Amino acid sequence: MKILVLIGNVPDTTTKIKFNADKTAFDTNGVQWIINPWDELALTRAMELKETPGSGVESVTVANVGKQDTEATLRKALAIGADKAIRVDSEPKDAFFVASQLAQVAKGYDLVFAGIEASDYNGSAVGGMLAEMIGIQSVSGVSNLQIEGSKAKLVREIEGGSQTVSLDFPLLAIVQKGIAKEPRIPAMRGIMMARTKPLEVITPVDTDIRVSFASFDLPPAKAACKKFTEDQVNQLVHALRDEAKVL
Amino acid sequence: MSVLIFVDNTEGKIKKAGFELASYGAALAKQAGENAIAVSLGKVESDELQKLGNYGITKVLTADDARFASLDNQASAKAIAAAANQTGSKIILLAHNNFGKAIAPRLAVKLQAGLVSNVVGLPVSLDPFKVNKHVFTGKAIGHAVIHTPVKVLTLSYNSFGLVENKVNVTFEAFDPGLTNADFGLIIEQTQTVSGKILLSEAEIVVAGGRGMKGPENWSGLEELASVLGAATACSRPVSDEGWRPHSEHVGQTGKIIAPNLYFAFGISGAIQHLGGVSGSKVIVAVNKDPEAPIFEAADYGIVGDALKVIPEMIAAVKEIKG
Repeated sequence: MKILVLIGNVPDTTTKIKFNADKTAFDTNGVQWIINPWDELALTRAMELKETPGSGVESVTVANVGKQDTEATLRKALAIGADKAIRVDSEPKDAFFVASQLAQVAKGYDLVFAGIEASDYNGSAVGGMLAEMIGIQSVSGVSNLQIEGSKAKLVREIEGGSQTVSLDFPLLAIVQKGIAKEPRIPAMRGIMMARTKPLEVITPVDTDIRVSFASFDLPPAKAACKKFTEDQVNQLVHALRDEAKVL
Repeated sequence: MSVLIFVDNTEGKIKKAGFELASYGAALAKQAGENAIAVSLGKVESDELQKLGNYGITKVLTADDARFASLDNQASAKAIAAAANQTGSKIILLAHNNFGKAIAPRLAVKLQAGLVSNVVGLPVSLDPFKVNKHVFTGKAIGHAVIHTPVKVLTLSYNSFGLVENKVNVTFEAFDPGLTNADFGLIIEQTQTVSGKILLSEAEIVVAGGRGMKGPENWSGLEELASVLGAATACSRPVSDEGWRPHSEHVGQTGKIIAPNLYFAFGISGAIQHLGGVSGSKVIVAVNKDPEAPIFEAADYGIVGDALKVIPEMIAAVKEIKG
């Protein structure tokens, strides 16, 4: 069994969001880049599966769409334990573009992992699009995945609960929190080994752009917080009812 | 021409998000000068479907096929694409819930459509098609432009609200032409949480953070939630510690919520947490530390001990609720 994990290169979750002067693009000055948090959990789960005796997982490959500056993120994924990385050499223009690029490399895998969304543009789109393009089943909101012989057994979140489902490989699992307990932190040995692991660079295919951003805005600044003391709980509750009208 | 609205159901019932989407779809159809047509997959009670007429839906296509109960992404996307082709719809709407998120991208590929997810309002313009969406987990708004003739949108929770608009609704049986081979997913077990208000649907959410000191102190918070008719939630450290389940974690990597009223007890308000709750209409923070960043995001606050404030708040809410 071969596993592919899609890796997004996103700003650190503590990044203060700012845009360029004409508000048409995200200002990347001083930004630290990380593996998209859900992708990191997916990779951790992929490694756990590979290490489970009898799981039959031979290899874990990671792939992203990005320019050369995203290789640090892929090297981190290799340091966590992936065997091989693939980078499609292009800016990720929109979700359809990214999925089209990944469709070139995602065939032949039994299990593909994608995160539930990327923490930058919150598209929740690449995984599902890719599954459709390569014609495989997808399951979303996955918080647990086990390999049971020729089938996958998954737990997914549904409205108001959760569900255990099973289906045949190949499949694409779109994962959320819970898929792995904690993201794995690369060990020194892993970091050393990552330097010599294969990182293949692939030329992008030509694809039309379906969605773009005209501009961005920060949310309007909030009015100052109205503060009460511990003895004024009653007044606060009355303000919520009479002033804010939310009770 | 029509706007096609996919209204999903949970065990035959339509959730609030479905009626909100119907309201949004009816408004968008009016803006575009088109009809608002809904499509429903699976067994849904007829009085539930009838309610769609209260929110401006004039026609519902019903694929009354029990196989859809498995919420199979591939099969559902195929069925909605068939409905879009049959109705000639150029705008297709889904809720940005677990199911909508899963099907919309597949649908967009099938229909050669541009997809914008997490949309927060009606299009700013129809030509070019411009619509606002959440980006950077609520920390900014993106003005997205779709360049394709067919558009797929998913609507963010509680961003439009329910708009009553009673119209005459008709029903039409719809056969998407699927075979058993289209349904690959087998459900082994379903656990539903009963008797609790869903975090995604709640008008009021009561959340606790590390300042709650330990899981044993949640009974007060749960009582407050119960008197308010609220759902309970928690910050990331709380779910990481195992004090509360992951399903209650709100924040950037957990659930993104937008209730009318959000209470943060003993939550300092890390930027990742604020991203997940900043869509709330009113935020109330209770924290010992007057410098806690949660007060920057809050509309109302109490500088004090959450564990002391909670019982008093229960009493105060009981009093005004009479």
